[in-house]
Amino acid sequence: MSQQQTVLYDAPGPRAHRITLIVSLFAVVGIAAVGYFLVYRPLDENGQLTMEKWGPLVDPNNEVFPLVWARLRDGFIATLTAAGLAILSSLIFGTALAVLRVQLKTLKQRRFVGLPDPAAWALRGLGWLLNAVTRFCVEIFRGLPVVITIFFVASALPDLGVDLGDILWYLVIGLTIYNGVVIAEILRSGMEGLPGGQREAAHAIGFSSFQTTRMILLPQAFRIMLPALISQLIVVLKDTSLGFIISYEEVLRVSRYIIDNLENPIQVYAVVGAIYILINYLLSKLAEYAQRRMARGRKTRALPTQAAPPSIMPQAGPGGASVGVGADAGSTT
Amino acid sequence: MSVLVDHFDVFVGGFWLTFQLCILSAVGALALGALVAVMRISPVPPLRWIGTAYVTVFRNSPLTIVWFFAAFGLPALDSNADFLRIPGLSSIFSRLGIDLPYFRFAVIALSLYTAAFVCEAIRSGINAVPPGQAEAARAIGLTFGQNLRYVVLPQAWKSAVVPLGSVIIAMIKNSALAGFFGVVGELSNSAQNLTSALGEPIIPVFVGVSIGYLVMTVPLGILLDRIEQRRAVAAR
Amino acid sequence: MRITRVAAVAAVAALAFTVAACGGDDGDDTGTGAGSKTFEAGTTMERLNKAQKIIIGTKFDQPGFGLKGLDNKPAGFDVEIGKIIAGELGIAADKVEYIETPSAVREEVLEQGKADIVVATYTINDKRKERIDFAGPYYVAGQHIMVRSDDSSITGPDSFKAGDKKVCSVQGSTPGDNIKKYLANPASPGAQLVLFDGYQKCVDALTNKQVDAVTTDNVILLGYVAKSEGKFKLAGEKFTEEPYGIGVKKGDTAFREFINATLEKIYADGRYAKAWQDTAGKFDSTVPQGPAVNRY
Repeated sequence: MSQQQTVLYDAPGPRAHRITLIVSLFAVVGIAAVGYFLVYRPLDENGQLTMEKWGPLVDPNNEVFPLVWARLRDGFIATLTAAGLAILSSLIFGTALAVLRVQLKTLKQRRFVGLPDPAAWALRGLGWLLNAVTRFCVEIFRGLPVVITIFFVASALPDLGVDLGDILWYLVIGLTIYNGVVIAEILRSGMEGLPGGQREAAHAIGFSSFQTTRMILLPQAFRIMLPALISQLIVVLKDTSLGFIISYEEVLRVSRYIIDNLENPIQVYAVVGAIYILINYLLSKLAEYAQRRMARGRKTRALPTQAAPPSIMPQAGPGGASVGVGADAGSTT
Repeated sequence: MSVLVDHFDVFVGGFWLTFQLCILSAVGALALGALVAVMRISPVPPLRWIGTAYVTVFRNSPLTIVWFFAAFGLPALDSNADFLRIPGLSSIFSRLGIDLPYFRFAVIALSLYTAAFVCEAIRSGINAVPPGQAEAARAIGLTFGQNLRYVVLPQAWKSAVVPLGSVIIAMIKNSALAGFFGVVGELSNSAQNLTSALGEPIIPVFVGVSIGYLVMTVPLGILLDRIEQRRAVAAR
Repeated sequence: MRITRVAAVAAVAALAFTVAACGGDDGDDTGTGAGSKTFEAGTTMERLNKAQKIIIGTKFDQPGFGLKGLDNKPAGFDVEIGKIIAGELGIAADKVEYIETPSAVREEVLEQGKADIVVATYTINDKRKERIDFAGPYYVAGQHIMVRSDDSSITGPDSFKAGDKKVCSVQGSTPGDNIKKYLANPASPGAQLVLFDGYQKCVDALTNKQVDAVTTDNVILLGYVAKSEGKFKLAGEKFTEEPYGIGVKKGDTAFREFINATLEKIYADGRYAKAWQDTAGKFDSTVPQGPAVNRY
């Protein structure tokens, strides 16, 4: 890290080096002191660091160790199943919605000059109406907490006579509604951000509007928005934990049963949290990798979303942070 | 739909509580997030490490776990978050001052979690400032602090405001979890209470609660779109 | 991992077998298989017997009544009662499927047909009877207050009137609703009342001194008192009567009657007492007298 140049401060000279060293030392000592006095000591005094509490999680010789980990494994499998299904369906639903919205937008701009006036007006009115309805739905579901969506999907659908059997599906639907809408918006902005020439060229060689979207715009939007999409997928994985509200037995719910039996909440949640962080960290590294590959891949012309100005912080990839954050910002949990 | 009329006070009360929670958490998250962002770009390596570790941990763990540690881990550290019972403040936000600490835990959980995203939003803003600006500032002899304060941050702020807004919108939505962690009377807790304990029909309650959240999130979203569009036009 | 898993499965299977065998010892007619029982056509009993499957809603976080163990199976008094009913329907104990029904969702689960019966420390009251029907009661609990052992300032629900004591209960439950009227300001209970989605969180809050009391039915609290090794005690006397019933779908009178008859049968033949001794009896060794069922 220290080798990396940054434009924010000068390359440190001998004096700056000394100051940095001293500040660093103080920082390290300060952190250690805080860690010891505010975290370690109280934990120790409250008996949170005993083997009785940690043993079932970390000691393979503990008699319940295999049972605990079998439960946790089941929980993570359930989490990953729900997340996988939700990701898949959100992608399908989101892509469909994005295409629909782009199509509706072109429909709205068409004037139907070949048709008699009343028909043309009716069609334009219909186009406008559909556009407004989809826009409305997108705004609503983007603005609602995903907890609320899941909670009400799980209680309202059966009320309306739709019984899906497994709780898993309510969770998947709840997650899909929210994340599908977010993904649709990501893809739509990707498509609309493409240079107009792409669309015009497609029209020039005789593609219909749908063909243009499917074969020209969408593939490029996917490419450009890949980092944002992967970030959104991390969000889905994290949101799966909300399944506990409708008693889907994902890993946090399973953790609670373990806690009910062993009474070591802090220890269990610490372990589960660490595993979550590890999985998501690897996923976000994947997003960064995808981003770097793309930045390398197409040097020929800078696409609008990639055309971020050179960055002040060299450690972040060009334009990377802005795209990534845009997606993260839409995140719930 | 009679539940909306009969229990109007419940919805309004829930909205107010959620609103208070969001205001306090937003302030906390912005302050902490800015601090972490500065740490992440500071010249002192250990500070950078802390900043990076902070963002990695909080961005990658589910809010549920963060919330759990706030509500059950803090007590294990012998803390009831009493430092948030700031005299003047708790007379306005009355839930801050009462003995039950769960509202304070909610503020802490939301602030800690959201700060990681705030940090990234600010960082993206700083990224958008042309490097020439910072170099010029250095050339005229400004120190790191001065550089940030007078040159980089004022400009970064302009392009960070939209991502920051999105982060705050996400935070408002995240606040719905409070009802599941002991904050009695907040919007989503009211929803649960109305449908489960009082047996009210689900759809009207859903509508009522949705309005409560949309009143906060949609105007903010529209405002952000506006700012973004104006920027886009100005940039042309 | 593979070997341990096989071992766990074997252990569970063995357990299920023993339980089934126990059931068989107690009553001659606990036969299993669709053929061994016949029910009138069109009844719920016939449907369940034909399907050879029953879904029982129970608590998964209630020591003594329904607590999910590390072997992934719930165990407790409610679970035993559920198994006996299943047995009377001609369904073997290992064919019983359990779903978790926290207090807040019990009516929904029955209304939506996600469970056939709910045996989940489920207090019979008129409000709930509007949405579902109850068989039983099979046990009469009472709301009680649990405090830390070193705390003598709380002597009963009236201790909350002063407004400085805080109490915890569970979302959507009767005890949570009951205690509201004892608070200093019942209209806005947020200053004194905390609601979680499970009692364990309340117990944690009590341990951490964020609340001064946990209130719910006595047996549930007795379970925690027994587990706490002297950290907690019950304060005062129980101040309500909570008859626990078995929830069935609204209007299914034949099924309700069948369960009532089953309950009376097991009061008489000792299976009720055995179910208690095996489970909740560990916390409260006095075997309760089976309460008279209410055929409303």
